Amino acid sequence: MDKRLSIIVIEPDPERAAPIVDGLREIGDHDIRIISENTGLARHIAACRPDIVLIDLANPSRDVLEELALASGPTERPVAMFVDRSDEHLTRAAVEAGISAYVVDGLRPDRIKPVLDAAVARFHMFQRMRAELAATRTALEERKVIDRAKAVLMKARGIDEEAAYALLRKTAMDQGKRVAEIAQQLVLAAGLLSCR
Amino acid sequence: MPLTPLRLGYVPLIDAAPLIVAQEMGFAAEEGLEFQLLRLGAWAQARDMLGAGLIEAAHMLVPMPVAQALGLGPALPDLDLVMFLSQGGQAVAVSAVLAERLRDQGHDFDFRDARKAGRALHRAAPDRLRVGVPFHFSTQLELVRHWLGACGFSQAPEVVTVPPPLMAQSMAAGEVDAFCVGEPWASGAVDRGLASLLLPGTAIWASPPEKGLVLRRDYTAAQPQMTGALMRAVWRAGRWLDETENRDTAAEILSRREYLDLPPELAERGLTGRLQVTPSGEIRHVPDFIVFHAGAANFPWKSLAALFAQRIAQRHGLAPVPAMQKAMKHFRTDLYREHLREAGAALPGASARLEGALAQDCEVAAEKGQMILRADAFFDGTIFDPPFSS
Repeated sequence: MDKRLSIIVIEPDPERAAPIVDGLREIGDHDIRIISENTGLARHIAACRPDIVLIDLANPSRDVLEELALASGPTERPVAMFVDRSDEHLTRAAVEAGISAYVVDGLRPDRIKPVLDAAVARFHMFQRMRAELAATRTALEERKVIDRAKAVLMKARGIDEEAAYALLRKTAMDQGKRVAEIAQQLVLAAGLLSCR
Repeated sequence: MPLTPLRLGYVPLIDAAPLIVAQEMGFAAEEGLEFQLLRLGAWAQARDMLGAGLIEAAHMLVPMPVAQALGLGPALPDLDLVMFLSQGGQAVAVSAVLAERLRDQGHDFDFRDARKAGRALHRAAPDRLRVGVPFHFSTQLELVRHWLGACGFSQAPEVVTVPPPLMAQSMAAGEVDAFCVGEPWASGAVDRGLASLLLPGTAIWASPPEKGLVLRRDYTAAQPQMTGALMRAVWRAGRWLDETENRDTAAEILSRREYLDLPPELAERGLTGRLQVTPSGEIRHVPDFIVFHAGAANFPWKSLAALFAQRIAQRHGLAPVPAMQKAMKHFRTDLYREHLREAGAALPGASARLEGALAQDCEVAAEKGQMILRADAFFDGTIFDPPFSS
């Protein structure tokens, strides 16, 4: 049987790290560690002598790993990691998912693939969660502004809520803008005009 | 006419200005392009996204495509540098402890004399100086090694990679004694009271090429029109940026939340060359601290590819001559000529030259008439003679 892989996940956010680790546990009994500190990263990695390092594609500390990958001499155990070059499709899938993997030279592709597949799946999940969260938050903010704009119109023009919304929507259409933008402008202007 | 979208990756530094300005000031739109600017966190990210085709072009450290050409990176499609985006823009900073020792010795932080500063640092520094640079293949690393190597340091400095946003923190934690980084990160560390500026990069090498515009070779071949439009838009943005009166405007644009997201006053220092040396506020004016256009700054001399290749090859045990020849093929003077001739760029007669040979700005023959080349001397008079055979 193959020996356990030593996998390091570099992720400062524990809420993101935990599901990645769970995902990796599902594929086998590997030694998985999380590093959340940026300082002394090179030292930590050298001490752990991992087979695979997983890190967010955009994490600035990646540039430190690049140095590590080049620094190891031929006599040292290869901390010599490189972005996996065994499978072009897999590499692309990883980059698209926003993940990068540093793999010890000589590690067999069939051992790398399940690890990357699992990580890619989790990273996609994050992307979706992040996108959903951002969309929900924006919608909520916009809803608040539109409610305030409606209130301003109802008071200023003595109309009901439905008419106020219809007016906002028509103005937005005429101006080629979004209802939320018009609402924002109206609320801002109302704030400037109020004497308090 | 609808604009064609083009995805560009940049790392938030003041030298990303040509890409941001090209979009914001309409140079991209004039060429029928809409830049979708993606702010990236790491240089390796720029390289990998470009390699995977997730962006069409990247703002990249000049030595990076050289290292790729030498096989010192992941196996990606060929990456070519089609033009330089900037020269200079780097600063060397030392820790508060070192700055105090330098002052006690009577060093005046004059910001001009690299030899004097290097020797003073040698006297003040610990046995083995630890210097932070943003990336293993960077102009910063070459500047530091060249400078300290020529200033009497018997041991090569320990050069460590530190992501620019963490440079100040790394110095505070005592992990580096000095660093060389692009603006605004050096000034940012000064503001936090953690560092003093010792030298601008230009005091070590008068015209250090810093960032380049890098594309996949297959893209430049398949999309010559888009490549040309992109290069012209960025080249015109560089020309705009080198009008002194535009630098304040550029600082405002770059500082916006979606770009560098910092106080305009901080971006302004590097862009105007008015740098604050110490936390207490001494100011040094460096007129050509960063250049985006003047003196044919954008022309991707093959001899510069060779210069970086030779140095990288030496450190990594590769044969220098084949390394230089490989690297020269990735600096696309041919595309520069083809796509920027009609825009009016001055084009030199040759594509390689002696590097470091110009102590002063110098008028030379161009394809048409004359052109000015910027001074490019090293402080110690080093001259690099590339292999012209290829």
